[in-house]
Amino acid sequence: MSLHSPWRADFPGILALETEHQTYLDSAATAQKPQSVIDAITGYYLHGAANVHRAQHVPGERTTRAFEGTREKVSQWLNAQDPAQIIFTHGATEAFNLLAYGLADVFQAGDEIVISAAEHHANLLPWQQLALRKQLTLRVLPLADDGQIDLQQAAEIIGPRTRLLAVTQLSNVLGGWQPLARLLELGKTHGAITVVDGAQGVVHGRHDVQQLGCDFYVFSSHKLYGPDGVGVISGEAQALQQLRHWQFGGEMVRSATFESAEFNPAPLGFEAGTPPISSVIGLGAALDYLSGQNPTAIAAHEAALHKALLAGLIQYPQVKILGQPEVALVSFVVDGVHNADLAHLLTEQGIAVRVGHHCAMPLLKSLGQTGAIRVSLGLYNNGNDLLRFFNAFDQALELLQ
Amino acid sequence: MSPQDLSAPATEALSAFQAAGSWEQRARLLMQWGARLEPLSDAQLCEENRVHGCESQVWLVAQQHGDSWQFNASSDARLLRGLLSVLLVRVNGLSAGELAQLDLIDWFNQLGLSRQLSPSRSNGLNAVLQRMQQLAVSSA
Repeated sequence: MSLHSPWRADFPGILALETEHQTYLDSAATAQKPQSVIDAITGYYLHGAANVHRAQHVPGERTTRAFEGTREKVSQWLNAQDPAQIIFTHGATEAFNLLAYGLADVFQAGDEIVISAAEHHANLLPWQQLALRKQLTLRVLPLADDGQIDLQQAAEIIGPRTRLLAVTQLSNVLGGWQPLARLLELGKTHGAITVVDGAQGVVHGRHDVQQLGCDFYVFSSHKLYGPDGVGVISGEAQALQQLRHWQFGGEMVRSATFESAEFNPAPLGFEAGTPPISSVIGLGAALDYLSGQNPTAIAAHEAALHKALLAGLIQYPQVKILGQPEVALVSFVVDGVHNADLAHLLTEQGIAVRVGHHCAMPLLKSLGQTGAIRVSLGLYNNGNDLLRFFNAFDQALELLQ
Repeated sequence: MSPQDLSAPATEALSAFQAAGSWEQRARLLMQWGARLEPLSDAQLCEENRVHGCESQVWLVAQQHGDSWQFNASSDARLLRGLLSVLLVRVNGLSAGELAQLDLIDWFNQLGLSRQLSPSRSNGLNAVLQRMQQLAVSSA
């Protein structure tokens, strides 16, 4: 497998791990960062930190420019209409919680929220808890055998009572693209607010939020080769108007007395307290880095790696692959072998993969599993990483069988 | 018996694991020691004996005979059964006071298995140790 990654040398973390004999195949959990991201964070601190949106002094102005620069870059990356439609949160999970609290007043008892069976806990639990607080009904779109949301059943479930539809673009367990266009159309037809979990999808290819036509698109920086501690909500202008403020304090306030306060609109009105400044600046550097690469070459490399991974796993008759993964990752179980045992022996051999329920317990349960092994890929992985994985996998199976 | 004096099976485990020079040997030993665990009865494999906080299923049964504790444990994962087995040979027969004093992290260190106790692991060993310590403290 001579799948060379021309980007690998840009990621000191993957090289350091290799020196330590660690093969990193867990990028769907968090990705390594390019040198330019590390430089941007270090540079921010080395040149003098300052808070944003508060001070007229030079360091404050410089930091605010860099911070707002990232907002513009994110806006361009997603082709949002206006940078003011980009809200920074402290992570994708917080972003979903913001939406679930910020939109709470839109719902009346008896309204329905529709999610899919493939959702990560982050795009399930905030809605589940909102439904419990407001006496709403949470409905779950079932998956077909291939792991895709069943569109026929979706057409029956999404209806006039659907007030909000929240679905993943690319499942972190199944690795398949969901039929978003059709689903969002169904949601729109019935006047539902539409939310897309782009946490995995955003990492693979470019996605145009205007073309998608969703009201809210959510992702996190740390999977997109940026720093952790930053989530992003890209909101459609009208949809943002429906959001009520949810966290209070800091520069989200326009004016305040002891008795009452007025708040800023999006985005600042939803960024209470000091934001993760260095990480937002780092995210800007990650987008600069990605913008400087050839997207076709990245897609081709990722597709070739994924194909090799899948082809390798299919050789084992005892391996059962979950869903029909198309990109980025493969989750699987091995007949007669406990996931924990396999994970133990892969770890012993320096293979960094994820084992467990992948923050999607209901999904795993619906697939008849309590857990699975997940191998996930970044643009810096190469054929040698897969070779090391398969060698270790063989050794582990030999010991366990 | 003081915690410093090892039982015969504990001495055996220590010399076997200290002689293991590779991860494969350690893994084979764990599976061999796991096979030595006395199976739990169906009645003992109940929710009450489940130790939570693990990716795998783990059961821990504790009995006090006079002054000393006797534990039995099982899991659906083979390597974890091995870890439980080398844990039990160290703790069985100790009094509550001895158990409370015992440094189990050091025991796994001596066996060359300390990585299995790292906080990012959810293999259940940490949860089992916690449950044991709770039992020991509450009865000491």
